[in-house]
Amino acid sequence: MQGVVDLQSPAEAVEPEEARRRPAAPPRRFYKGKAPYVFLVPYLLLTSVFFIYPFLRAVTLAFYQTNGPRSKVFVGFENFTFLFHDARFHSALGNTVTYTLCSIFLQLPLALALAMLLNSGTSKLEVRLKGFFRLILFSPNLVGPIFVGVMFGVLLTPRYGLLNRTLHALVGWGLEQRWVDDPQLVMPALVLVSLWLYVGFNMVYFLAALQSVDKELEQAARMDGANAWQVFWHVTLPAIRHVVVFVVILSTVGSFNLFELPLALLNSTNGFGPDDSGLTVITYLNEVAYRQGDLGLGSAVGWIVAILIMVFSFVQFRVARVAENE
Amino acid sequence: MSTLQLTLLVLFGVFPLLYLRSPKRPKLAWSYLRGLLLTLACIAVLSPFVWLVAAAFKDRSVMNEYTFFPPLDKWSSETMNLKNFRRLFAGEMSVKGMVYYWQYLLNSALYTTVSTVLQLFFSSLAGYALSKYDFRGKRVLMAFMIGSTMIPGVLLLAPIYKMFVDFGLIDSVPGLLLTGAVSAYGIFLFRQAIVSVPNEIIDAGRIDGCSEFGIYFRLVMPLVKPMSAAFCMFVFLAQWNAFFAPNIFLQSQNNLTAPIAVRSYIGIYQAEYGVFLAGTLLAIIPPAILFFALQKEFVSGLSAGAVKG
Repeated sequence: MQGVVDLQSPAEAVEPEEARRRPAAPPRRFYKGKAPYVFLVPYLLLTSVFFIYPFLRAVTLAFYQTNGPRSKVFVGFENFTFLFHDARFHSALGNTVTYTLCSIFLQLPLALALAMLLNSGTSKLEVRLKGFFRLILFSPNLVGPIFVGVMFGVLLTPRYGLLNRTLHALVGWGLEQRWVDDPQLVMPALVLVSLWLYVGFNMVYFLAALQSVDKELEQAARMDGANAWQVFWHVTLPAIRHVVVFVVILSTVGSFNLFELPLALLNSTNGFGPDDSGLTVITYLNEVAYRQGDLGLGSAVGWIVAILIMVFSFVQFRVARVAENE
Repeated sequence: MSTLQLTLLVLFGVFPLLYLRSPKRPKLAWSYLRGLLLTLACIAVLSPFVWLVAAAFKDRSVMNEYTFFPPLDKWSSETMNLKNFRRLFAGEMSVKGMVYYWQYLLNSALYTTVSTVLQLFFSSLAGYALSKYDFRGKRVLMAFMIGSTMIPGVLLLAPIYKMFVDFGLIDSVPGLLLTGAVSAYGIFLFRQAIVSVPNEIIDAGRIDGCSEFGIYFRLVMPLVKPMSAAFCMFVFLAQWNAFFAPNIFLQSQNNLTAPIAVRSYIGIYQAEYGVFLAGTLLAIIPPAILFFALQKEFVSGLSAGAVKG
């Protein structure tokens, strides 16, 4: 559950190509013994207790109002109507969407640019340094979002923070900016920190995809007189489109689950930020479900998040398919 | 003009010079520009780490005086010392007596190790069953598993929490560990890796009288070692840094994990942030060691999921 949640991949998209690439071993003849069932017992047991049952409960729970885990009252759709009218939930949703858009349109292009920088080096030295650069750029991912939030809470302090000092030396602005206390600056701060944290992670995916692009195809396009931008837009990007879709979906799911980073970064305001400027849907869920004890309302929020994620992923797949057919 | 601006101006200024020197063969110039941009990106990524190490050892009195380390001639036990760590390990009062920071680190290490082993075992076992056997109900099961990866975990946490309250499992460590003991995603990863193990090996094992479990354990698992290493690394990182579930399910002070403890220290040591930065530094060392030991497998395992799509 809490295991590899953020590494979830659309596994079925991965399979057919896999089967083509490795010709080995077709599945075995029908097996009559008990062995495969026995091997699946731990999964089946755990998944019934920690997936199927909670999933069914989540369906009903969303229609109840609970006060602490023990008392509950059936309220029908009231949890949902409440959320539709709750200004705080609206701002939480707005912040989450803003953050998601920044991840997709700011962070991913940068990750792709870095991957292309790494991949386009042809000299011996550059090829040798590739692994080293990749390792360094990936390294922030070893640090959990809580620790990152704790660190950057100090890095962003006015006058003394490393970022404030660097900005001041670079562009002459920002020395006295109170990132986590200024409603205008909370979102930029979150985006900036997540850029530091995740850009290398996405870069690794893009780099792996770029490495499998046929170099001759790009060369042929160049010979035919395509400029660098045309080669990128018409050859490279279509060749890595599957990975792009995968990474966009991964980023969306990750962005919708944003919780720990603001919680630690905006610790003085319980992760909400001044005027709720850093409030995300999961922070909201955590607040109503576990701090105020209304698990029913929390489930309703969970459902809205789940549905938004699924709709968005579906649209992504669709868009990718349409683009492919053109 | 600041030194930083000047340095950058000079570094970028070299590029047009290189370019103009041999405009017909601009390869060197472009190589230089790429190297420069990547180096700057790496500096941007690494400087918070350098700063963290410095901050953990700097004395409170000079914390804001130097951005990174103090200059070497100012280096003394007055400026650089272990006071932050000493404060960190001094312990704090809790309901069940004193708790020390090493307790949290130890808890994190214990939970992480146990859930990594459980996930490795359960996921690979199920992955083996799905890749090398054809049995009744397999298709339905696979479809169910794919569907289950689409459901965000956050939706399930509230009902699980309620279930834990009903069964009195709140604050129980084994309960928490079981919630993360298997994942459909892990099973798929192993299924993919094991599919390419030749059937002949399995047949040979069967002829030699090896049990079905023995074939999995002694013949198949050694062949997918790189995959297992990458998987362990994934799980280790996710569990070590996990916050949401442990924060909800664990309650007593001496069951807590490092991320929860460090976060609570922000409030306690507001004025002496060196203390919780020292805690952060210690908490990121174990995953870092593991990562550098297994980085080759990890990066290849990370991309394996996407590239083949």
